[in-house]
Amino acid sequence: MTDGIATAHVTKAYPGVDRPAVDDVSLHIADGEFMTFLGPSGSGKTTMLSMIAGFTPLTSGSITVDGQEISRLKPHRRNLGVVFQQYALFPHMSVARNVAFGLTQRKVAKAEISRRVDEVLELVGLSAVRDRLPRQLSGGQQQRVALARAVVYEPRALLMDEPLGALDKKLRDQLQREIARMHRELGMTFLFVTHDQQEALTLSDRIAVFNDGRIEQVGTPEELYERPETLFVAQFIGESNALSLTPGEVTIVRPERLTLHTAADPVPSGHQRASARVTDIVYVGDHTRIWLRYSDGARGCAVVSAGVAHEHRPGDEVIAAWHPEHQAVVPSGGVPELAAV
Amino acid sequence: MTAVATRPPALPQAGPGRERRRTSWLLLPAAAVVLVFFFYPLAVILWRSFTEPSFGVGNYLAVLGDEVQLRVMLRTLRTALIITAATLVIAYPYAYAMTLVGRRARSVLTLLVLMPFWTSLMARNFAWYVLEQRGGVIEKALAAIGIDGVVLLGSVAGVTVAMVQVMLPFMVLPLQSSMLSIDRSLLHAAGSLGARRPVAFLRVYVPLSMPGVLAGVSVVFIMSLGFYITPALLGTPQQALVAQVIGTQVNDLLDFAGAGALGTILLVVTLVVLAVLSRVAAPLGTSAAGGADRG
Amino acid sequence: MADNPSISRAAAVRQRSLGWGLRGWVVLVAFVLVAPTLVVIPMSFGAGSTFEFPPKDWSWHWYAEFFTSKQWLAALANSVQVGVLAAALATVLGVAAALALDRMRRGGGVVRQLLMAPMILPGIVVAVAIYGVFLRWQLNGTMLGFVLAHAVLGLPFVLTSVRTSLAGYDPIMEKAAASLGAPRFATLRKVVLPIIAPGVLSGFVFAFATSFDEVVVALFLQTPAIKTLPVKMYESIVLEIDPTIAAASSLIVVFTTILLFVPAVLRRKEQS
Repeated sequence: MTDGIATAHVTKAYPGVDRPAVDDVSLHIADGEFMTFLGPSGSGKTTMLSMIAGFTPLTSGSITVDGQEISRLKPHRRNLGVVFQQYALFPHMSVARNVAFGLTQRKVAKAEISRRVDEVLELVGLSAVRDRLPRQLSGGQQQRVALARAVVYEPRALLMDEPLGALDKKLRDQLQREIARMHRELGMTFLFVTHDQQEALTLSDRIAVFNDGRIEQVGTPEELYERPETLFVAQFIGESNALSLTPGEVTIVRPERLTLHTAADPVPSGHQRASARVTDIVYVGDHTRIWLRYSDGARGCAVVSAGVAHEHRPGDEVIAAWHPEHQAVVPSGGVPELAAV
Repeated sequence: MTAVATRPPALPQAGPGRERRRTSWLLLPAAAVVLVFFFYPLAVILWRSFTEPSFGVGNYLAVLGDEVQLRVMLRTLRTALIITAATLVIAYPYAYAMTLVGRRARSVLTLLVLMPFWTSLMARNFAWYVLEQRGGVIEKALAAIGIDGVVLLGSVAGVTVAMVQVMLPFMVLPLQSSMLSIDRSLLHAAGSLGARRPVAFLRVYVPLSMPGVLAGVSVVFIMSLGFYITPALLGTPQQALVAQVIGTQVNDLLDFAGAGALGTILLVVTLVVLAVLSRVAAPLGTSAAGGADRG
Repeated sequence: MADNPSISRAAAVRQRSLGWGLRGWVVLVAFVLVAPTLVVIPMSFGAGSTFEFPPKDWSWHWYAEFFTSKQWLAALANSVQVGVLAAALATVLGVAAALALDRMRRGGGVVRQLLMAPMILPGIVVAVAIYGVFLRWQLNGTMLGFVLAHAVLGLPFVLTSVRTSLAGYDPIMEKAAASLGAPRFATLRKVVLPIIAPGVLSGFVFAFATSFDEVVVALFLQTPAIKTLPVKMYESIVLEIDPTIAAASSLIVVFTTILLFVPAVLRRKEQS
């Protein structure tokens, strides 16, 4: 596997700091893949991206792109595209000149530059504001210019460092769809960094979950959601019911896999069970979330779709049941409980 | 994911450390020039004040023991105080008005403040010379209302009047800058709590404007202490200020040591004033040497 | 001036007209600020050979005198030459220093205070100190000496001006430029410098004005061989009554007032 981006035992340690920011991370990103680095702040995901981009030097390890070792190359030689959270558009240049910048650095002919700039502005839907200055654009428009600028010269990969963090919810959803569409149309390798697990699930081909400088698990969104391998992954992605049924292990059940039963309503055979008390009932429109507290003190929830009637009230004692094929078992490892999210 | 048996060796650091060193040397030329052509000359004259004509504090004792010199010092301090007080009183309402008006009017008022600031100091001193001279406009105007024979030229009063006009911009600008950030709704709050307008102004607005007041006062006072041109042109050697004396020491006597001693005393007073005002300003959350500062 | 939240909150309450007392005071102060300077203009058209004001007869005589006198023209030429060179030097040094200071965290504050010192310390002490050292180095009465001294005095202005421009600059733009393929020098040339250009230009203008107007150091460094305009003006009051100073003053007042508009216009361009 020599194409795509490969990191081998990459470590970043800062002098005077105990734990490395990135600890022996080895990862392969396939050519044309949409890979997301997901994790809380300080997990090392941004540092990792920064090292791939060339802004942060490695302490040890190597990074190769299409088989070429790039760890010693300066950022301007790596032929990657980067999109920053703060957009970083050049304020003294028009949209067109901003987008053209990478091409002018590569000494592309003027007519060609003009053509490709127009093409990419068309792609992001900003042909109308070609000659405006960045400060005359909205946040969403600026980020799209930043995207256009980073892809127009067809880099080997597009790196995005929490690009949607500065936008409000509606804009964020809109731009998520844009980014997904661009990935489909360009077929370029996309490397996306975010702490928003929903964003990661929506956009990615595969997700690498970072925690404390290490990768906990790499997999498709479905793999991470249905078959988490560690407690951290189970609790960072989606809601979960984390039950200590066997010593040294935690049983994870997703809310939509739980059914709640009372004395009058028996548990189906072959299902696992655990007793709990209903603590809250939250109506969200298209579903209702029923929050539970289990007998061992853990919190969890079950989901009931709209249109399905239920009789549960806060304070009720219920039995939560699920089929064993819908559970995942992970080592307990002493990770602080994140279930109460 | 392929497993690699051994770790590759560590790479040499080429990061923040080198970056900092690379940009630091941009500072070198400016620092070198200021060191050699500013701080070194000051150090030299300080040194000379302690070593010429002989080692010791002789020059300082000559100043501090000389009644005339002491009177000069006191006169200078007193004049600087009067100038500062007068400037403050005149500038405060003007600066306050600047915060009340709309943007266009404020630009005009700012331009009016900046104009004397930027037009030639010599031109302004010349204008005051003309106005204050015997038979000049000021004497004639005062005579018209019954006060005869006021020739401001050649007097400390004349110097003071001219200096106030020269210093006005230096007081208005810091005042106005600080006043602009005072939230006027606080005055309304005071009103709703029962305070009448003048009371609210005195007990809420004025204290809030203190950072600007302190900034303006320190700039004007310190500049007034060491100002040379106006006293030299409009004043008189008989009622000299410190700056004039320093000038004569060097020009007429080539006595750098003596000038150095006087200058050092002036500098010490300046630094003491700065320190005291900084202390006073500290609980108000800003430095005395200049209003809102980025960092 | 940037609007901060408390100003916007207060903005709703502004725009009231001033009370009569305050209005009168503002007019008075404005008059005091501007009028004395304007005295020199009518003076410059006076025919008499004294500093009589208001002048009884009118004439262009003193302007003619100014533009035909070898001494006055030499003084003007010296002032312009020193001004341009000193401003250029101050700008080069100041821009480099401002860029470096912008990156530095610790120690940056102290260095900045030191570089601003020429603006804070009393002029006479600085002048006398420089004169003393320049005498020994034989730099007094030389163009080089003037330029160096004035550059030091103008440096704080350049620093302040460039610093203001840098406030609107985010270092992440350099990362962006690098990621797009620009090596260090190209980034500087195409990204950093254009953004700080208004501040640099303003700084240059301020440094020039400072040098052009500077009297005290110039008085001490002067020799018959090299006198600046302010020195010649000083002498035309103190040594011999020479009303040409009125013409010179008027010209300067008009010229520097126009120059004052340059940075203001540049800043408005930056903000619009």
